[in-house]
Amino acid sequence: MSSGLLFACVGALLFAMGMAGVMLIAHLLRRILAFNVMGSGAFLILVGLTQRNDVPDPVPQAMVLTGIVVAVAATALALALVRRLHALTGQLELPADDT
Amino acid sequence: MKRFVMGLGALAFAALLIGALLEPLPVSVDLRAAVTNNMASSGVEHPVTAVLLNFRGYDTLLEIAVLLLALIVILAVGIDTASDQPRTVNPILQTLARVAAPLVIVVAVYLLWAGAFRPGGAFQAGAVLAAAAVLLHLTGLLPSWQVPTRTLRWGLTAGFLIFLAVAAGLLSQGALLHYPPAQAGMLILLIEAGLTISLGLILAGLFLLLSREPGDDA
Repeated sequence: MSSGLLFACVGALLFAMGMAGVMLIAHLLRRILAFNVMGSGAFLILVGLTQRNDVPDPVPQAMVLTGIVVAVAATALALALVRRLHALTGQLELPADDT
Repeated sequence: MKRFVMGLGALAFAALLIGALLEPLPVSVDLRAAVTNNMASSGVEHPVTAVLLNFRGYDTLLEIAVLLLALIVILAVGIDTASDQPRTVNPILQTLARVAAPLVIVVAVYLLWAGAFRPGGAFQAGAVLAAAAVLLHLTGLLPSWQVPTRTLRWGLTAGFLIFLAVAAGLLSQGALLHYPPAQAGMLILLIEAGLTISLGLILAGLFLLLSREPGDDA
Protein backbone atom coordinates (compact mmCIF):
# COMPACT_ATOMS: atom_id res chain seq x y z
CA MET A 1 0.00 0.00 0.00
CA SER A 2 1.49 3.33 -1.02
CA SER A 3 1.63 6.22 1.45
CA GLY A 4 -0.89 8.16 -0.63
CA LEU A 5 -3.44 5.37 -0.32
CA LEU A 6 -2.79 5.21 3.43
CA PHE A 7 -3.56 8.93 3.66
CA ALA A 8 -6.79 8.38 1.73
CA CYS A 9 -7.87 5.55 4.07
CA VAL A 10 -7.16 7.68 7.14
CA GLY A 11 -9.16 10.42 5.42
CA ALA A 12 -12.10 8.04 5.01
CA LEU A 13 -11.97 7.18 8.72
CA LEU A 14 -11.79 10.87 9.70
CA PHE A 15 -14.72 11.65 7.41
CA ALA A 16 -16.86 8.92 9.00
CA MET A 17 -15.87 10.01 12.52
CA GLY A 18 -16.66 13.63 11.74
CA MET A 19 -19.98 12.69 10.16
CA ALA A 20 -21.01 10.68 13.21
CA GLY A 21 -19.98 13.65 15.36
CA VAL A 22 -22.02 16.13 13.35
CA MET A 23 -25.12 13.96 13.73
CA LEU A 24 -24.68 12.89 17.36
CA ILE A 25 -23.26 15.90 19.18
CA ALA A 26 -25.73 18.51 20.36
CA HIS A 27 -23.23 21.09 21.60
CA LEU A 28 -22.76 23.46 18.66
CA LEU A 29 -19.09 24.28 19.20
CA ARG A 30 -18.20 20.60 19.23
CA ARG A 31 -20.42 20.04 16.23
CA ILE A 32 -18.48 22.70 14.30
CA LEU A 33 -15.25 20.96 15.27
CA ALA A 34 -16.68 17.63 14.09
CA PHE A 35 -17.62 19.29 10.81
CA ASN A 36 -14.03 20.44 10.42
CA VAL A 37 -12.75 16.92 11.10
CA MET A 38 -15.09 15.73 8.34
CA GLY A 39 -13.68 18.36 5.96
CA SER A 40 -10.11 17.38 6.81
CA GLY A 41 -10.99 13.79 5.96
CA ALA A 42 -12.28 14.85 2.55
CA PHE A 43 -9.10 16.86 1.91
CA LEU A 44 -6.91 13.91 2.88
CA ILE A 45 -8.81 11.63 0.50
CA LEU A 46 -8.44 14.14 -2.35
CA VAL A 47 -4.70 14.67 -1.86
CA GLY A 48 -3.83 11.08 -0.93
CA LEU A 49 -5.83 9.25 -3.56
CA THR A 50 -4.47 11.25 -6.49
CA GLN A 51 -0.83 10.55 -5.68
CA ARG A 52 0.61 7.98 -8.03
CA ASN A 53 4.07 6.57 -7.33
CA ASP A 54 4.32 9.32 -4.68
CA VAL A 55 4.12 12.05 -7.34
CA PRO A 56 1.29 14.43 -6.41
CA ASP A 57 -1.28 15.76 -8.86
CA PRO A 58 -1.36 19.59 -8.74
CA VAL A 59 -5.06 19.94 -9.62
CA PRO A 60 -6.49 18.25 -6.46
CA GLN A 61 -3.81 20.04 -4.43
CA ALA A 62 -5.02 23.40 -5.69
CA MET A 63 -8.62 22.32 -5.02
CA VAL A 64 -7.73 21.38 -1.44
CA LEU A 65 -5.91 24.69 -0.94
CA THR A 66 -9.07 26.48 -2.05
CA GLY A 67 -11.15 24.19 0.14
CA ILE A 68 -9.10 24.88 3.27
CA VAL A 69 -9.55 28.64 2.93
CA VAL A 70 -13.28 28.29 2.31
CA ALA A 71 -13.53 25.93 5.31
CA VAL A 72 -11.90 28.59 7.50
CA ALA A 73 -14.44 31.15 6.31
CA ALA A 74 -17.33 28.74 6.87
CA THR A 75 -16.09 27.95 10.38
CA ALA A 76 -15.83 31.63 11.25
CA LEU A 77 -19.34 32.21 9.95
CA ALA A 78 -20.64 29.27 11.98
CA LEU A 79 -18.93 30.63 15.09
CA ALA A 80 -20.49 34.05 14.54
CA LEU A 81 -23.92 32.43 14.27
CA VAL A 82 -23.30 30.38 17.43
CA ARG A 83 -22.25 33.50 19.32
CA ARG A 84 -25.41 35.24 18.14
CA LEU A 85 -27.52 32.29 19.25
CA HIS A 86 -25.80 32.32 22.62
CA ALA A 87 -26.43 36.04 22.97
CA LEU A 88 -30.11 35.66 22.13
CA THR A 89 -31.00 32.47 24.02
CA GLY A 90 -28.09 31.82 26.38
CA GLN A 91 -27.79 28.31 24.98
CA LEU A 92 -25.15 26.56 22.94
CA GLU A 93 -27.51 23.92 21.57
CA LEU A 94 -30.15 24.12 18.92
CA PRO A 95 -33.71 24.08 20.29
CA ALA A 96 -35.32 20.65 20.07
CA ASP A 97 -37.67 19.86 17.21
CA ASP A 98 -41.33 20.29 17.96
CA THR A 99 -42.36 17.37 15.78
CA MET B 1 -28.98 3.07 21.55
CA LYS B 2 -28.99 5.86 18.99
CA ARG B 3 -25.28 6.44 19.58
CA PHE B 4 -24.53 2.77 19.13
CA VAL B 5 -26.45 2.54 15.86
CA MET B 6 -24.86 5.74 14.56
CA GLY B 7 -21.37 4.59 15.49
CA LEU B 8 -21.95 1.26 13.79
CA GLY B 9 -23.31 3.05 10.73
CA ALA B 10 -20.28 5.34 10.58
CA LEU B 11 -17.95 2.37 10.89
CA ALA B 12 -19.75 0.56 8.06
CA PHE B 13 -19.61 3.72 5.96
CA ALA B 14 -15.86 4.07 6.55
CA ALA B 15 -15.30 0.42 5.62
CA LEU B 16 -17.32 0.89 2.44
CA LEU B 17 -15.39 4.06 1.57
CA ILE B 18 -12.00 2.42 2.14
CA GLY B 19 -13.11 -0.52 0.02
CA ALA B 20 -13.96 1.90 -2.79
CA LEU B 21 -10.65 3.75 -2.36
CA LEU B 22 -8.67 0.55 -2.78
CA GLU B 23 -9.98 0.16 -6.33
CA PRO B 24 -7.33 1.52 -8.72
CA LEU B 25 -8.24 4.87 -10.29
CA PRO B 26 -8.90 4.90 -14.04
CA VAL B 27 -6.00 6.45 -15.94
CA SER B 28 -8.27 9.15 -17.36
CA VAL B 29 -8.47 10.81 -13.92
CA ASP B 30 -4.76 11.67 -14.02
CA LEU B 31 -4.40 15.38 -14.77
CA ARG B 32 -0.67 15.69 -14.21
CA ALA B 33 0.20 15.30 -17.88
CA ALA B 34 -2.32 17.97 -18.88
CA VAL B 35 -0.79 20.41 -16.38
CA THR B 36 2.81 19.59 -17.31
CA ASN B 37 2.14 20.03 -21.02
CA ASN B 38 0.68 23.51 -20.52
CA MET B 39 3.14 24.85 -17.96
CA ALA B 40 5.04 26.81 -20.62
CA SER B 41 2.01 29.01 -21.37
CA SER B 42 0.96 29.50 -17.74
CA GLY B 43 3.39 32.31 -16.85
CA VAL B 44 4.60 30.63 -13.63
CA GLU B 45 6.83 27.67 -12.92
CA HIS B 46 5.05 25.99 -10.01
CA PRO B 47 2.22 23.65 -11.07
CA VAL B 48 -0.06 24.35 -8.08
CA THR B 49 0.15 28.12 -8.63
CA ALA B 50 -0.46 27.57 -12.34
CA VAL B 51 -3.62 25.58 -11.59
CA LEU B 52 -4.86 28.04 -8.95
CA LEU B 53 -4.32 31.27 -10.83
CA ASN B 54 -4.38 30.23 -14.46
CA PHE B 55 -5.96 26.90 -15.43
CA ARG B 56 -8.61 27.04 -12.69
CA GLY B 57 -8.56 30.77 -12.01
CA TYR B 58 -12.35 30.71 -11.99
CA ASP B 59 -12.33 28.67 -8.75
CA THR B 60 -10.03 31.15 -7.07
CA LEU B 61 -12.18 34.09 -8.16
CA LEU B 62 -15.22 32.42 -6.62
CA GLU B 63 -13.23 31.54 -3.51
CA ILE B 64 -12.30 35.12 -2.72
CA ALA B 65 -15.94 36.04 -3.36
CA VAL B 66 -17.05 33.40 -0.84
CA LEU B 67 -14.59 34.75 1.75
CA LEU B 68 -15.86 38.27 1.25
CA LEU B 69 -19.43 37.03 1.54
CA ALA B 70 -18.66 35.24 4.83
CA LEU B 71 -17.13 38.43 6.23
CA ILE B 72 -20.11 40.51 5.14
CA VAL B 73 -22.52 38.04 6.75
CA ILE B 74 -20.51 38.13 9.99
CA LEU B 75 -20.76 41.92 9.94
CA ALA B 76 -24.49 41.65 9.25
CA VAL B 77 -25.12 39.14 12.05
CA GLY B 78 -23.64 41.55 14.55
CA ILE B 79 -22.28 40.59 17.94
CA ASP B 80 -23.54 41.78 21.25
CA THR B 81 -22.55 39.20 23.80
CA ALA B 82 -20.87 39.89 27.08
CA SER B 83 -17.94 37.56 26.97
CA ASP B 84 -14.40 38.66 27.57
CA GLN B 85 -12.66 38.84 30.86
CA PRO B 86 -10.08 41.65 30.95
CA ARG B 87 -6.99 40.53 29.11
CA THR B 88 -3.78 40.31 31.08
CA VAL B 89 -0.91 41.42 28.89
CA ASN B 90 2.59 40.18 29.40
CA PRO B 91 5.17 42.89 28.49
CA ILE B 92 7.68 40.30 27.27
CA LEU B 93 5.04 38.86 24.94
CA GLN B 94 4.26 42.37 23.69
CA THR B 95 7.91 43.10 22.94
CA LEU B 96 8.28 39.79 21.11
CA ALA B 97 5.16 40.48 19.07
CA ARG B 98 6.52 43.91 18.15
CA VAL B 99 9.75 42.31 16.94
CA ALA B 100 7.97 39.49 15.11
CA ALA B 101 5.40 41.58 13.22
CA PRO B 102 7.81 43.21 10.70
CA LEU B 103 9.54 39.88 10.12
CA VAL B 104 6.19 38.24 9.46
CA ILE B 105 5.43 40.85 6.81
CA VAL B 106 8.77 40.11 5.12
CA VAL B 107 7.95 36.39 5.20
CA ALA B 108 4.55 37.10 3.62
CA VAL B 109 6.10 39.09 0.76
CA TYR B 110 8.67 36.35 0.22
CA LEU B 111 5.94 33.67 0.13
CA LEU B 112 4.01 35.73 -2.41
CA TRP B 113 7.07 36.09 -4.63
CA ALA B 114 8.16 32.45 -4.20
CA GLY B 115 4.74 31.18 -5.29
CA ALA B 116 5.79 31.55 -8.92
CA PHE B 117 8.40 28.80 -8.75
CA ARG B 118 8.03 26.85 -5.47
CA PRO B 119 5.33 26.12 -2.87
CA GLY B 120 3.90 29.43 -1.70
CA GLY B 121 1.60 32.04 -3.11
CA ALA B 122 -1.19 34.40 -2.21
CA PHE B 123 -3.05 32.09 0.19
CA GLN B 124 -0.05 31.22 2.30
CA ALA B 125 1.12 34.84 2.32
CA GLY B 126 -2.35 36.05 3.29
CA ALA B 127 -2.61 33.48 6.06
CA VAL B 128 0.77 34.59 7.45
CA LEU B 129 -0.34 38.24 7.38
CA ALA B 130 -3.54 37.34 9.18
CA ALA B 131 -1.54 35.41 11.78
CA ALA B 132 0.50 38.56 12.43
CA ALA B 133 -2.68 40.55 12.99
CA VAL B 134 -4.07 37.91 15.35
CA LEU B 135 -0.76 37.83 17.26
CA LEU B 136 -0.81 41.60 17.67
CA HIS B 137 -4.42 41.45 18.78
CA LEU B 138 -3.82 38.73 21.36
CA THR B 139 -0.93 40.71 22.84
CA GLY B 140 -3.15 43.74 23.18
CA LEU B 141 -1.34 45.85 20.57
CA LEU B 142 -4.13 45.84 18.00
CA PRO B 143 -7.70 46.57 19.09
CA SER B 144 -10.51 44.40 17.74
CA TRP B 145 -12.34 45.78 14.74
CA GLN B 146 -15.60 47.59 14.96
CA VAL B 147 -17.40 48.67 11.80
CA PRO B 148 -14.78 48.73 9.01
CA THR B 149 -13.69 52.18 7.88
CA ARG B 150 -13.70 53.26 4.25
CA THR B 151 -9.99 52.47 3.77
CA LEU B 152 -10.42 49.04 5.32
CA ARG B 153 -13.37 48.30 3.08
CA TRP B 154 -11.27 49.06 -0.01
CA GLY B 155 -8.52 46.83 1.36
CA LEU B 156 -10.94 43.97 2.03
CA THR B 157 -12.41 44.09 -1.47
CA ALA B 158 -9.22 45.01 -3.41
CA GLY B 159 -8.26 41.42 -4.18
CA PHE B 160 -11.70 40.53 -5.51
CA LEU B 161 -12.02 43.77 -7.50
CA ILE B 162 -8.56 43.47 -9.10
CA PHE B 163 -9.27 39.85 -10.00
CA LEU B 164 -12.66 40.79 -11.43
CA ALA B 165 -11.17 43.72 -13.39
CA VAL B 166 -8.51 41.46 -14.92
CA ALA B 167 -11.19 38.87 -15.77
CA ALA B 168 -13.39 41.54 -17.38
CA GLY B 169 -10.47 43.08 -19.26
CA LEU B 170 -9.52 39.72 -20.72
CA LEU B 171 -13.03 38.73 -21.82
CA SER B 172 -12.01 39.72 -25.38
CA GLN B 173 -9.61 36.74 -25.34
CA GLY B 174 -12.64 34.50 -25.75
CA ALA B 175 -12.70 32.63 -22.45
CA LEU B 176 -12.95 33.83 -18.85
CA LEU B 177 -9.48 34.43 -17.36
CA HIS B 178 -7.66 33.32 -20.50
CA TYR B 179 -4.37 35.20 -20.10
CA PRO B 180 -2.16 35.91 -23.11
CA PRO B 181 0.94 33.77 -22.39
CA ALA B 182 3.35 36.72 -22.73
CA GLN B 183 1.68 38.75 -19.96
CA ALA B 184 0.45 35.83 -17.85
CA GLY B 185 3.27 36.07 -15.31
CA MET B 186 2.73 39.78 -14.65
CA LEU B 187 -1.05 39.43 -14.46
CA ILE B 188 -0.79 36.53 -12.02
CA LEU B 189 1.60 38.50 -9.80
CA LEU B 190 -0.77 41.50 -9.86
CA ILE B 191 -3.76 39.33 -8.93
CA GLU B 192 -1.78 37.53 -6.24
CA ALA B 193 -0.60 40.79 -4.69
CA GLY B 194 -4.20 41.99 -4.42
CA LEU B 195 -5.32 38.60 -3.13
CA THR B 196 -2.61 38.57 -0.46
CA ILE B 197 -3.67 41.92 0.98
CA SER B 198 -7.36 41.10 0.87
CA LEU B 199 -6.97 37.56 2.17
CA GLY B 200 -4.80 38.77 5.02
CA LEU B 201 -7.33 41.43 5.95
CA ILE B 202 -10.35 39.13 5.55
CA LEU B 203 -8.85 36.29 7.57
CA ALA B 204 -7.70 38.74 10.23
CA GLY B 205 -11.14 40.32 10.12
CA LEU B 206 -12.85 36.96 10.72
CA PHE B 207 -10.95 36.86 14.01
CA LEU B 208 -10.87 40.52 14.98
CA LEU B 209 -14.55 41.08 14.22
CA LEU B 210 -15.56 37.99 16.19
CA SER B 211 -13.55 39.21 19.19
CA ARG B 212 -15.43 42.48 19.38
CA GLU B 213 -16.22 43.32 22.94
CA PRO B 214 -19.67 44.36 24.05
CA GLY B 215 -20.47 47.95 24.75
CA ASP B 216 -18.01 49.50 22.32
CA ASP B 217 -20.18 49.03 19.24
CA ALA B 218 -19.56 52.25 17.34
